[in-house]
Amino acid sequence: MSKNNAYWSANVSLMIKLLVVWFAVSFGCGILLVDVLNNIQIGGYKLGFWFAQQGAIYTFVVLIFIYAKKMAALDIEHGVDE
Amino acid sequence: MELQTLTYIVVGMTFALYLGIAFWARAGSTKEFYVAGGGVHPVLNGMATGADWMSAASFIGMAGLIAFYGYGGSVFLMGWTGGYVLLALLLAPYLRKFGKFTVPEFIGDRFYSKTARIVAVICLIVASVTYVIGQMKGIGVAFSRFLEVQYEVGLLVGMTIVFFYSVMGGMKGITYTQIAQYVVLIFAYTIPAVFISLNLTGNPIPQLGLGSTLIGSETFLLDRLDQIVTELGWAEYSTQTRLSTTNMVAYTLSLMIGTAGLPHVIIRFFTVPKVKDARTSAGWALVFIAILYTTAPAVAAMARLNLINTMQPPAAEENLAYDERPDWFKNWETTGLLKFEDKNGDGRIQYEADATKNELVKVDRDIMVLANPEIAKLPNWVIALVAAGGLAAALSTAAGLLLAIASAISHDLLKGVLKPDITEKQELRASRIAMAGAIMFAGYLGFNPPDFAAGTVALAFGLAASSIFPALMMGIFSKKMNREGAIAGMIAGLSVTLFYVFQHKGIMFIASTSFLGDLPNNWFLGIEPNAFGAIGALVNFGVALIVYRMYGEAPKEVQDMVEHIRIPAGAGQASDH
Repeated sequence: MSKNNAYWSANVSLMIKLLVVWFAVSFGCGILLVDVLNNIQIGGYKLGFWFAQQGAIYTFVVLIFIYAKKMAALDIEHGVDE
Repeated sequence: MELQTLTYIVVGMTFALYLGIAFWARAGSTKEFYVAGGGVHPVLNGMATGADWMSAASFIGMAGLIAFYGYGGSVFLMGWTGGYVLLALLLAPYLRKFGKFTVPEFIGDRFYSKTARIVAVICLIVASVTYVIGQMKGIGVAFSRFLEVQYEVGLLVGMTIVFFYSVMGGMKGITYTQIAQYVVLIFAYTIPAVFISLNLTGNPIPQLGLGSTLIGSETFLLDRLDQIVTELGWAEYSTQTRLSTTNMVAYTLSLMIGTAGLPHVIIRFFTVPKVKDARTSAGWALVFIAILYTTAPAVAAMARLNLINTMQPPAAEENLAYDERPDWFKNWETTGLLKFEDKNGDGRIQYEADATKNELVKVDRDIMVLANPEIAKLPNWVIALVAAGGLAAALSTAAGLLLAIASAISHDLLKGVLKPDITEKQELRASRIAMAGAIMFAGYLGFNPPDFAAGTVALAFGLAASSIFPALMMGIFSKKMNREGAIAGMIAGLSVTLFYVFQHKGIMFIASTSFLGDLPNNWFLGIEPNAFGAIGALVNFGVALIVYRMYGEAPKEVQDMVEHIRIPAGAGQASDH
């Protein structure tokens, strides 16, 4: 079972890292820090507004694919793939 | 060609396509009925999940709400996409590994208790039925406009079509039909957005157009919008908060964890061949969803700008005369969802924030997306396409939800608990009867929906967030969590959320029975009922942990099962045993 425990803790630590980013782009940049970021302008977008209505969504997509790719590698590394 | 005829042709063609596919891929066995035989490619499954997920609320409702909420509408954008990250990381791969048909089945097995399974069935039905009410509102709006009848008549027609359509197919038919529906709805959503973005900013990509300058001017579109809405007395578009920062955080969180807790989305991940595919499939689903979700804010801002510019043409001295109102205005007046009242008697339309002077006394938010291409004076075939897209979105989600409700009743309640010796054929019949019942019940409540389509759907998410998500998460991430904790948590989470929603929105959403009134000063921490699922989920986790301590940890074989679902190896296909 120790082999599986190593796999599980690698999985959990990857998960936590990605969830930190998930939180930062949405609740962080999109809501809590929105007023500060709105002082920065990118084209016609205020930055905080951009995160809330565009940027967070793009980041979410990237996060899932990173997770899928890294997990596929972890599965093989720990010999638990199908 | 005349708009009405063209709309009939386009909608008729798409419906023929769906029915054709549903017939070609009709379900022969319970396994095909519930999980499409478990052999759908991840990209295709992602596309079907996209259609399943993007409902009348996303297609018809969301941009309309953002158009009026401005920045505050971001809660829908982040909430309904961010949930996929939770789903892909925390739930989908493990539930796929577990390899059963339904969410209550997992909860029943993991918490080694039939009671847990029944409680999960109840939570699932409450959340899904609320969700279907939201769809019914969207379907009613779409059909009333399309057939040029009253909202109530449109709703009845829509209910009938949903009934025939979902009772026939089962998961296999639904999956393949949903792929077709995704294609229809995404074209229907993006094509008008491209046209409108080109007209206003010269940039064909709406995501970039929203950040561009207006044609023939140095002013950015968003700055111009901020300026005219504030001049008319509304809050500034790009900074207006939805009530408060706390409320926005709660609202977003509630939608995110609700996404990850909604059974009709979760069962989608039982239909892919491997655990690995469950992860990528969630990614693909979000790609297909993001195409619409990043377009929506552009649609919203541009619709608001065009609406105001139509009522108050920028160059003209005076507002639009009521006698010269465009056709779309008259058509929406027929549905009863747009109303004008000439308060100052000058025969012109005053549209502003001040309620004593504003003469557009009713602008139902749910008409914005459907009316948008007409307001922007786009060609008739584009308008017809939007009608077809809205119907595709509403039908695909209603079908997916009804399937989840039906499987909970026939598979979990009937076969799993009440009558285990039921035959496959009887089980299928029971699930079809359950679907019919759910349509009638939701349709009935759809005559007086608790909120606009997207708001009603948000309530459903809150209910799923507070009941199902925490149980699933604890079931996977805590080996020791016992049945007592999980059951108490689900009951507490669901009750506290339902109680909060009912006391403000009325019992069974009938407004006259609301005993505290839908008033912000009665709200807990200023959190609106639509956003309360986040608090409900916290209550669920809290109660579960306390009750867990009073009883012993889960039995050894259950802990071994949890060990087993945590690794992908040896999954096999979803099965009944």
